[in-house]
Amino acid sequence: MYEFEFEKPSTVAEAVAALADEDAQALGGGQTLIPTLKQRLAMPSKLVSLTGIAQLKELSDNAGMLTIGGAVTHAEAAEAAAGPYPALADLASHIGDPAVRNRGTIGGSLANNDPAACYPAAALGSGATIVTSRREITADDYFRGLFETALEEGEIITAVRFPVPQKANYQKFEQPASRFALVGVFVAKYAAGVRVAVTGASEEGVFRWREAEAALDASFAPDALDGLSLDAGGMIGDLHGTKEYRAHLAAVVTRWAVAAAA
Amino acid sequence: MPKDQGIGASPKRREDVRFLTGAGNYTDDINVNGQAYVHFLRADVAHATINSIDTSAAETMPGVVKVFTGADFAEVGGIPCGWGVTDRHGNPQQEPRHPIIADGTIRHVGEIVAAVVADTLEQARDAAEAIELDLSDKPAVVNMAAALAEDAAKVHEDLTSNLCYDWVFGNPDDDAVQAAFDSAAHVTTLELVNNRLVANPMEPRVAIGEYTRGTDEYTLHTTSQNPHVIRLLMCAFVLGLPEHKVRVIAPDVGGGFGSKIFHYAEEAFCTFAAKACGRAVKWTSTRAEAFISDAHGRDHVTKIELALDADNNFTALRTNTMANMGAYLSTFSTSVPSYLHGTLMAGNYKTPIVQVNVKTVFTNTVPVDAYRGAGRPEATFQLERVIDKAARELGADPIALRRQNFITEFPYETPVALTYDTGDYVATMDKLEEVADIAGFAARRAESEKNGKLRGFGVNCYIEACGIAPSNIVGMLGARAGLYDAATVRVNATGTISVFVGAHSHGQGHETSFPQVVADMIGIDESMVDIVHGDTGRVPFGMGTYGSRSIAVCGSAMVRATEKIISKAKKIAAHLMEASDADIELKDGQFTVAGTDKSVAWGDVTLTAYVPHNYPLEELEPGLEETAFYDPANFTYPSGAYACEVEVDPDTGKVTIERFAAADDFGNIINPMIVDGQVHGGLGQGIGQALLENAAYDEDGQLLSASFMDYAMPRADDVPFYQVDHTCQTPCTHNPLGVKGCGEAGAIGSPPAVVNAVIDALQSGGKSVTHIDMPLSPARVWAAMNG
Ligand SMILES: Cc1cc2nc3c(=O)[nH]c(=O)nc-3n(C[C@H](O)[C@H](O)[C@H](O)COP(=O)(O)OP(=O)(O)OC[C@H]3O[C@@H](n4cnc5c(N)ncnc54)[C@H](O)[C@@H]3O)c2cc1C
Repeated sequence: MYEFEFEKPSTVAEAVAALADEDAQALGGGQTLIPTLKQRLAMPSKLVSLTGIAQLKELSDNAGMLTIGGAVTHAEAAEAAAGPYPALADLASHIGDPAVRNRGTIGGSLANNDPAACYPAAALGSGATIVTSRREITADDYFRGLFETALEEGEIITAVRFPVPQKANYQKFEQPASRFALVGVFVAKYAAGVRVAVTGASEEGVFRWREAEAALDASFAPDALDGLSLDAGGMIGDLHGTKEYRAHLAAVVTRWAVAAAA
Repeated sequence: MPKDQGIGASPKRREDVRFLTGAGNYTDDINVNGQAYVHFLRADVAHATINSIDTSAAETMPGVVKVFTGADFAEVGGIPCGWGVTDRHGNPQQEPRHPIIADGTIRHVGEIVAAVVADTLEQARDAAEAIELDLSDKPAVVNMAAALAEDAAKVHEDLTSNLCYDWVFGNPDDDAVQAAFDSAAHVTTLELVNNRLVANPMEPRVAIGEYTRGTDEYTLHTTSQNPHVIRLLMCAFVLGLPEHKVRVIAPDVGGGFGSKIFHYAEEAFCTFAAKACGRAVKWTSTRAEAFISDAHGRDHVTKIELALDADNNFTALRTNTMANMGAYLSTFSTSVPSYLHGTLMAGNYKTPIVQVNVKTVFTNTVPVDAYRGAGRPEATFQLERVIDKAARELGADPIALRRQNFITEFPYETPVALTYDTGDYVATMDKLEEVADIAGFAARRAESEKNGKLRGFGVNCYIEACGIAPSNIVGMLGARAGLYDAATVRVNATGTISVFVGAHSHGQGHETSFPQVVADMIGIDESMVDIVHGDTGRVPFGMGTYGSRSIAVCGSAMVRATEKIISKAKKIAAHLMEASDADIELKDGQFTVAGTDKSVAWGDVTLTAYVPHNYPLEELEPGLEETAFYDPANFTYPSGAYACEVEVDPDTGKVTIERFAAADDFGNIINPMIVDGQVHGGLGQGIGQALLENAAYDEDGQLLSASFMDYAMPRADDVPFYQVDHTCQTPCTHNPLGVKGCGEAGAIGSPPAVVNAVIDALQSGGKSVTHIDMPLSPARVWAAMNG
């Protein structure tokens, strides 16, 4: 690593102030950022740890709305969501390994927006609201491509609000080495309609599969997906699978998720 | 009741107490007063000319002790290759210089371009970033077939081509071999890849060089499987140091799998730099460095052809392989695709004609060398795959086809130069059929099909030559080293024993199993015996651990030394009991005079040896310490039959291993529990190769799978609970323990069983797939099914 300053503020306001310095960077659980620093691939002047901010650790479950603080770890989220939103709890409890789940945070995951990460699928699939130190952003507006989000310099994710669906499920087909999602699909059925979010597959990052949503609106059953397929064109092709394979898997995994949710 | 001590018992591994409680002493745990740290600047391109290196800014950076480049090593030797293979025309292999630091040309990603020694590691890294390199990129040579093309760019300008050697073994007469194929009733042909692997031991490599000016002595702590070999190669070939001034210590080593046999540049560097800097110099590899600097394994591309007569008897076998050497010749690299591979091509079968052709190729990739099994897995894989394919083409039962062609009489001289001393392939196959519950397979398949899965069953046999090796034979084949081993048994006055062994334990459990033998021979408690290993300053000149040789070769030396101890102790006992030494018997630690009730205890004799008041000093030296060197008369030939049962998800191509059974013949067994563990570990690595692991390069010579994010290691949930049986035992005929070695079997015998099972599953589902190259990742299986 290169040398950096370290601050651990206790309020969002202090954190925002600390992040105003040039090249300062927020630190969540460090599960992505610390390995990057160790490899000297990033050179922040200052790290501002968010894990000492009480507000960012808050959890609430109110009138069908589950709110998870930006610095809540995957393990804590899994526990908190177990009752109100089991599909989300299941997703959180299958991210990485215990060490990753005990340190990695929802804010870090969404800020990073790894194209193979799990939480982006849950946020987009649930139509969640990303609450930041400056504003509220709907999931549909938040994700902007590989590692790209609507967040601006110094903006902190303080919480994520998940409307709880009638039915939901997340399935991931793991990449054999990293065990991130080679393809992961989050399906959620709301009164207003079904949402299907696919992670791991696309060169544009997490996306909604609208045709599947429409079909599932008509009938929330795996058979409803018969004959639907994704275009391999925009899919990721790499060592672990071709574009065609990912497009195929997305359809398979969507069926699994619908079957498990229905 | 099973024994709880001695040969054949399964005491728990005593070394595990320290490993599992954080009390191990690994090289990185060692810190020397005043040590500095080295950071290696490694090439990030595969092939380039170094026009200039400017280290002036780096040299003035805080904490920097010294910056080294290739020029600093112009006066020392290159890293030697330990095996010279003679090609089919009688010419020696092409052998390029292998510099410690790149000398003008970069030849693979990861090659050392410069080294910075500084007070702290971070300072060394900072300074390395200030080194200015002026490079001219050259075309990278990656693909082996392309590397052999007429107009290919050369990895080494001073060699005639990228061909290291073109070697033929077995029957050299092309026409005779072709005639056998022409007259065959059936010929099965298979082209396949034996995928390139990275060993990835849990402990990365580490080296600490020290130099003591007062005595002009060096100490190198290093993560090695064979400290004496490292000392010899480094002193005699690289640095030109007197061996007696250099001590090499390999303390606890966290796994090697072959990758820690070889002498590496970093070891020579730290030793050299310690003197140049007047400071101890320490290097600890990161995992990222390990991927691009540890020797890789396998990487063969093969075409194999099997000829059969009308009765399905194998009549001839011909193989053509290209084997990747990488950019330089690592220590045993040239022996792996030649003598460790070609000699095994007969397998368990009495095929009368075998011809093996191997072309080894230089490429702009990390050097390739031995990895668990080394050559023998490559031989087994192609042979057992082509037999399986033949069975499917002929509609024959794969087990029956194998049985029909088994060698059944021993000793058996193969057409590829080996003499198998013992074995019983029918017995291991019988045992396998029982252990694998073949009878229940149909029901299990039906159950899988009910769940929408395809189920397949695959079997294979293997034979390996291990207990490496008879020095005179390997010498004739080009080895530039002897492959005996050595042990010193030092009995203390109170009767406890330290055995100094040339073998090195880096996971094999020697500290438990070796004492079992000595304690058993004398009849004392195992807790009275310890082994000492891994330190050239303490142990006799042994050749270390690889090739499943430790108990077969070093264990034999230990038996011989213990026999000398017993013989001398009997003389002392005879003196004490005023009897003739011919009449002395030793049992349960008591010396008795045959036919009398006279006895003296082991401890009385050992005390007498060191307090020789009442002692035949004119006939016998005092003390009780003996050394033996043992050079085996032949290789040992463990063999067995393995069966794998898989489920394939037709929707995703994902393969899961449902059952895996192994029936091995390891000859006599010292500690069955440790043998189980060795087989389990080997199977895990074989399954890793078959399903998961792949060191993939792109066309520019960049390693695509250069971290655990992309290189898939097998994990606990990737492997099943194994059924392992080693009750079929045909003892080795030529070593005193009748042992054969078990360390590599699992990795040698398992990949073909896995692939055979997957092909069986796919064909049962109506897919006409005949082969998929490893690793059988979900994506590849799916593509094959839908191709
Ligand atoms: C071995 C391993 C396996 C993994 N497997 C999975 C998996 O299967 N699925 C999966 O989804 N993920 C996986 N991950 C990633 C893991 O979930 C990380 O925790 C997550 O991606 C980053 O969260 P973090 O809190 O550690 O963020 P950090 O590493 O601390 O930060 C990541 C980025 O987010 C920024 N950041 C952090 N918190 C905030 C915030 N509140 N507001 C704004 N910006 C912020 C940081 O500045 C940085 O740029 C794995 C990671 C590892 C190491």
